[in-house]
Amino acid sequence: MIGKNPLVVPLVEIPIFDYTVFMDTIADLMKDESRHCVAYHVVPLHGKLRFFCCMASDHEKNIVLLSHEQNTSPLPVLPSLTAAHFLFHMYEREIWEQYGIQFIGHPWLKPVRVVEDYPFYSIEGDGVHEVGVGPIHAGIIEPGYFRFSCNGEKVMHLEIQLGFQHRGVEKLFLEKPSGIQRAVLAESIAGDTSVGHSIAHSQLMETLAGIISSPALQCERIIALELERIAVHIGDTAALCTDIAYQFGQVVNEALRTIVINTTQSWCGNRFGKGLVRTGGSYYPLKKDFILLLLANLKEVEERFGQITHEIFTNPSVLSRFEGIGKVSPHQAGMIGAVGMAARSSGVKRDIRWSHPFQAFRKTTYEPVTLHQGDAWARAMLRKLEVEKSIQLIGNLLSGHDFERMPAHPVYELTLPASSFALSLAEGWRGEIMQSAVTDEKGNIMNYKVKDPSFHNWMALTLAVRNQEISDFPLCNKSYNLSYCGHDL
Amino acid sequence: MALSIIKIFPRHGRQYIRDLRKAVIPEGFRGRPVIGKDITPAEEKLALTVCPIAAIQTGPFRLDLGKCEFCMECSFATEGKIRFTNDHRLSTNNRESLIIKVGEDNPIRVDQFMVRKEISSYFRYALKLRQVSAGGDNSTEMELNASGNVNFDMGRYGIEFVASPRHSDGLVITGPISSNMAEALQICYDATPSPKIVVLAGSAAISGGIYENSPVVDRKFLETIKPDLYIPGNPPHPLTFINGILDLTGKK
Repeated sequence: MIGKNPLVVPLVEIPIFDYTVFMDTIADLMKDESRHCVAYHVVPLHGKLRFFCCMASDHEKNIVLLSHEQNTSPLPVLPSLTAAHFLFHMYEREIWEQYGIQFIGHPWLKPVRVVEDYPFYSIEGDGVHEVGVGPIHAGIIEPGYFRFSCNGEKVMHLEIQLGFQHRGVEKLFLEKPSGIQRAVLAESIAGDTSVGHSIAHSQLMETLAGIISSPALQCERIIALELERIAVHIGDTAALCTDIAYQFGQVVNEALRTIVINTTQSWCGNRFGKGLVRTGGSYYPLKKDFILLLLANLKEVEERFGQITHEIFTNPSVLSRFEGIGKVSPHQAGMIGAVGMAARSSGVKRDIRWSHPFQAFRKTTYEPVTLHQGDAWARAMLRKLEVEKSIQLIGNLLSGHDFERMPAHPVYELTLPASSFALSLAEGWRGEIMQSAVTDEKGNIMNYKVKDPSFHNWMALTLAVRNQEISDFPLCNKSYNLSYCGHDL
Repeated sequence: MALSIIKIFPRHGRQYIRDLRKAVIPEGFRGRPVIGKDITPAEEKLALTVCPIAAIQTGPFRLDLGKCEFCMECSFATEGKIRFTNDHRLSTNNRESLIIKVGEDNPIRVDQFMVRKEISSYFRYALKLRQVSAGGDNSTEMELNASGNVNFDMGRYGIEFVASPRHSDGLVITGPISSNMAEALQICYDATPSPKIVVLAGSAAISGGIYENSPVVDRKFLETIKPDLYIPGNPPHPLTFINGILDLTGKK
């Protein structure tokens, strides 16, 4: 079954393969190097376990949907896909944790979100020691546990244990049936990506319900999404400067971020865009006054951000701290299935805005920024370039569309098709956001799955700090700025 | 290089808000709600049904800001009979004053009679806080970070976030308290020397918010500890946070 983003398919149309055929098909698909798995999860259906797998190709711009089915008792023991294709390692760990299914040949099935009795990797030998940090960190940041195996100052291996933020998001999507509850939930999956996750959610619900949102609404959503990206990227540039003790870069960027999030607040009353994206319509259609403010603020930010980043990226003492630190090669990024910024800064051209366009991106051509260096410099530079592109993009979207229209209000009472599978992809500022749902015979959602880009990208951080000084960890960590709550759900 | 710095500085200008006590957030900001006297029973019922987290309750009709996610759905459903003003001063030590009743349009403030004596005597001139995110969605955390940034600069009052609970005078908790963080939170609280304060920032921390009934949330910590300050919001604005702390510690 081949489809495009977003997709909705009746369950009967999704082929159920025998597991060996399933594995062969995956192996075939993976010959296309640009193909990666965007979803692989289990849904209990009619007393059996149905495994849905979505393989998206960046070049062919399509999504292949396939599945296999297993009995619940006795639980199956399956040959691992990870053994051949490492990017499945997180998916199989998650399935093992949630359903107890063993995967033979998986390097190490360890918990994803359960924090008790976590089996840490440990290295023994002369001069080798361990440094444990967390779950509470020295700063205003979410919890997670990091254990470094070091030889002197050098990090040999970092193990990241997450799950402390687990709030049961996916289950609550089923237990809270009203559209408003689900909208509020989607916003809180990762509060720094409220707009990104809300777009993925609204798009999913609209696809299921067969609602086609107006071009103006699609445009407004993308403007909100790009504003979120600009704000976070500028904030991260400030934070990267903080971590190398470059206060000038920090304060100037902090002030610029404030302008951007205050612009979002002028639009919808919330600095993080909560409440802005809703299914089927919006309470905050763009108005002329606001468009003028938006354009003026973006112009101001563009000029000043241009000045300060020129200063940052020509400053030798900044460059000496960024260049060559935390390198992840294109091969490694491809292998772990890195998405979003983590992929693009390591030479993997992967951007849903380009490969599987959604909302207003269907009508524009977006060319992603890709850098091959894979170090902290590349991740900082990628932010600068993406901010510039996003400001341009908002300008283009605003000039080409008629916003003076009768706005549609959000629609919360939706009639969903029975026994269907739906998938929605969006490119948040961190990267690819996936949300997916399965409906039962009555058209009620019986399974909801969320995947934040951080699900894959934490592995990139692990690889980045290998053979680095442990003192470079904060810089590497900030250069990725991954989500804890988005991962833990 | 020096030349470009000279170019950047004038445009950067003076960033800090001179008077945080008098700062006003422009209209449109979702702050303290007011329920109009003319709200009809039909509108009350509508508001009740749309509210995603039972922040709206009846008998008598009221809105609990400790639960409210500030989604404004009740305001849209009642065509503005429930109105969110731009008043950002929402912090209080009295949980009761977060309950907004019909027709009430009173400022929400810290009740000075309820403040423990040692708070103003110990913390009036300097307050170091340790932040614990326990299932927070990172938006409140980012606003707490912003409270110390170049715009809000709460450091000017001697209020700061510090790295260790050993160095801190209290905890600022965000998030509904996930079960997986319950133990770490307790350890962190125990490691903080007395006298100490506990601040709940964000609706999720105050009541659990949308995660209130999640089976993987564990709020037992709050059964033994009485919070000193509630800061509603989704997320709370830095001005809400800073003014709340200033009120609590009795800083002028």
